[in-house]
Amino acid sequence: MSKRIGMEIALAAAEAVALCRPDVIAAYPITPNTHIPEHLSDIVAEGRLDADFICVESEHSAMSACCGASGTGARAFTATSSQGLAYMSEVVPIVSSMRLPVVMIVGNRALSGPINIWNDQSDIMYQRDCGWISLFADNGQEVIDMAIQAFKIAEHRDVMLPVNLNLDGFQLTHVVEPMEMPDQKEVDAFLPTYKPFAALHPDNIVSMGTLALPEIFNETAKVKDEVLKDSRKVILEVWKEWEERFGRKYEPIISHKARGADILLLTLGSMGETAEVAVEEMRKEGVSVGLLKLKLWRPFPFEELRKELKGCKALVVLDRAVSYGGPGGPVFSEVRSAMYDQAERPLIINEIIGLGGRDVPVSDFRKIIEKAAQALKTKPKEEYEIFGVRGS
Amino acid sequence: MEKKKKWPEDWQDLNPGCMVFNPGSAREYHTGSWRAERPIFDESRCIQCGVCYIFCPEGCISQKSNGCFEADLDYCKGCGICAHECWPKAIKMIEEG
Amino acid sequence: MSIVENFDLYAPRLVDKEEYFSAGHRACQGCGEALAIRLMCKALGKDTIIVNATGCMEVVSTMYPTTAWNLPWIHVAFPNAAAVAAGVEAGLKVLRRKGRIADRDVKTVAIGGDGGTFDIGIQALSGTMERGHNVLYVCLDNEAYMNTGIQRSSATPFGASTTTNPAGVASLGKGQWKKNLTEIMVAHNVPYVATACHSYPIDFMNKVKKARKVDGPSFIHCLSVCPTGWRVPSAHAIKMGRLAVEAGVFPLYEVEDGKYRMTYRPEEIKPVEDYIKSQGRFRHLTPEQIAPIQERVILEYNKLLDKVDNLHSWEELLQD
Repeated sequence: MSKRIGMEIALAAAEAVALCRPDVIAAYPITPNTHIPEHLSDIVAEGRLDADFICVESEHSAMSACCGASGTGARAFTATSSQGLAYMSEVVPIVSSMRLPVVMIVGNRALSGPINIWNDQSDIMYQRDCGWISLFADNGQEVIDMAIQAFKIAEHRDVMLPVNLNLDGFQLTHVVEPMEMPDQKEVDAFLPTYKPFAALHPDNIVSMGTLALPEIFNETAKVKDEVLKDSRKVILEVWKEWEERFGRKYEPIISHKARGADILLLTLGSMGETAEVAVEEMRKEGVSVGLLKLKLWRPFPFEELRKELKGCKALVVLDRAVSYGGPGGPVFSEVRSAMYDQAERPLIINEIIGLGGRDVPVSDFRKIIEKAAQALKTKPKEEYEIFGVRGS
Repeated sequence: MEKKKKWPEDWQDLNPGCMVFNPGSAREYHTGSWRAERPIFDESRCIQCGVCYIFCPEGCISQKSNGCFEADLDYCKGCGICAHECWPKAIKMIEEG
Repeated sequence: MSIVENFDLYAPRLVDKEEYFSAGHRACQGCGEALAIRLMCKALGKDTIIVNATGCMEVVSTMYPTTAWNLPWIHVAFPNAAAVAAGVEAGLKVLRRKGRIADRDVKTVAIGGDGGTFDIGIQALSGTMERGHNVLYVCLDNEAYMNTGIQRSSATPFGASTTTNPAGVASLGKGQWKKNLTEIMVAHNVPYVATACHSYPIDFMNKVKKARKVDGPSFIHCLSVCPTGWRVPSAHAIKMGRLAVEAGVFPLYEVEDGKYRMTYRPEEIKPVEDYIKSQGRFRHLTPEQIAPIQERVILEYNKLLDKVDNLHSWEELLQD
């Protein structure tokens, strides 16, 4: 039976991962996600989890050790943020091309420089093209649920891809929330023992990580792309099963009163919960506004996005990262590209908010919604805006 | 005779992660075509010590049933190590004709 | 010609006939590293998993869709052979404990070139050795970043010309002495550390067998002649290794629990000039430049002998 708990979300994430019975955990501390590997090592030390916790000497080695462990057929897990993710980024695309189902939790934190330990999404946006399945959690419950789902999705024989689960650093990692924690029996029933497609062992000889000449590389790229796109089917199946077992529904994009609204906000991560408050307030005041919360970032949910945007007049995409000198926020540029060919598409505006942990209160979201309403009358001059910059 | 196709015809035929399940399949590639010189084994001088077998980087030298050694010319790259190391000078490198 | 060590033990029958590293690999003619791998695998046997760093050996042996390896093998990236090996070792340990794989010993062996071990890979190596994983790390040292075209590494010997440290009017090639990674490994309290060379195949294979038995980290530094990079004829690959040992440039020794032991002690040390003069990468060196090299070689050799003669094993020290 699931238990109702009140716990720091990072600790709850560790508990949820422990329920999945990982075999090897290799992680390096980095604020703000340190509590996740710390708590996992506590759980191992307490004898509650039979796993090998490798105190690696860097994040690059953390991801490398996960590759090695996953190659032998062990269930491997790591967690990191920001600079750690950047440091391991040499290995990150290799994991997906080697089809190793490693699960990683990223406590989203700003990428340096300047150095900043607080929350934004620039670290994961920097890894956009890595070929991993990418999920975003808005609150503690989603963190627990998606951490457990991640293993099942990754290890599915039709997928065999690594998964990263993103939660906002400090905003979620260090926040205490009431959540439902499933019990070991429920998770065991949902998530069976990992049966690898191939494993390093002398009884069945395999070479992993071979060299691909130009004559074959294009085909390998096609495979990587198609497999990631096709994983959507499995993700939806897993979410359906989750709903049947645990009663909580997950979709690639969760709509909050978006149907029929003129103005829509699109958020990733915990800012969605603050946006929701602003949306509710302004709806009461008669503004036609709704909210879309993106849960599935890769593979990109083209179908769901286009469906949700039917009839929308203005869409504000809220980014927490900037592609400097480029088309603004990464989510914005992808959404705009996804909508480009549609016969009907809304005015798409980009507001880049909350960089480096800058607080974005409800009042800022209200301003953003008002600006969107104004934009319907006079189109904004700039491609995108970094919201709330003093002096601009 | 139809030459075996080197590359899969279809991207869907690729092994996941480019894994190779055929150990030792590198043997399909005959490195012997690289040679400029080849070893000639003089059995009258051979003392069957096996030094040539030990020092061949290709591992293409093997012992025959009469105890003497020969190089598999499909793979021999003609490096000359066996000739250089052979004690009784039973191996000579001659130019590939 | 010098005697091959342990000739009286030498019979093809004693060496495992199985070729775990098959022919058909695309290494250069006379590649010392390929030979070293071939010999190493014979000493390891089939219950081995190889973790390979990016480098010559990985590139020449596994061009999809073929592989030269008759052993389970994984390659991830350049600096992380030791880290991946740590993961493989941990995975095997846990899976065996949980009964998900066969209950028998399978050794994890990481191999890397001098680039992937001395330089870019030293962090992962240090971490894996320090944490005490049951991993044998074999460094196949051809003294430069050969795969990318002969660039200087910290393992390149003093005075060698490489493409990033070339000899010229303003430079004599590499101006620093070779990094002593073997000592760094001893300082990590690795229970078994050894130097070896493919030119002494039985010595090398015995060391590999010994290292394999260690239930913990072990490290073998194997000098591998690269005829292409050292600018020697391919037929001289074995001879060069021998000369390196006999000139005292690359002494063969092992350190077991802190006790140093020479495994081959040449009766007399040849002049380093014999070694230097036979290689194209040193051809620019003048006698005035060679003299300090000779002095330093003798110094380093004497430093080693001093350790061999005077240092005690950890066990002996405990009893004092």
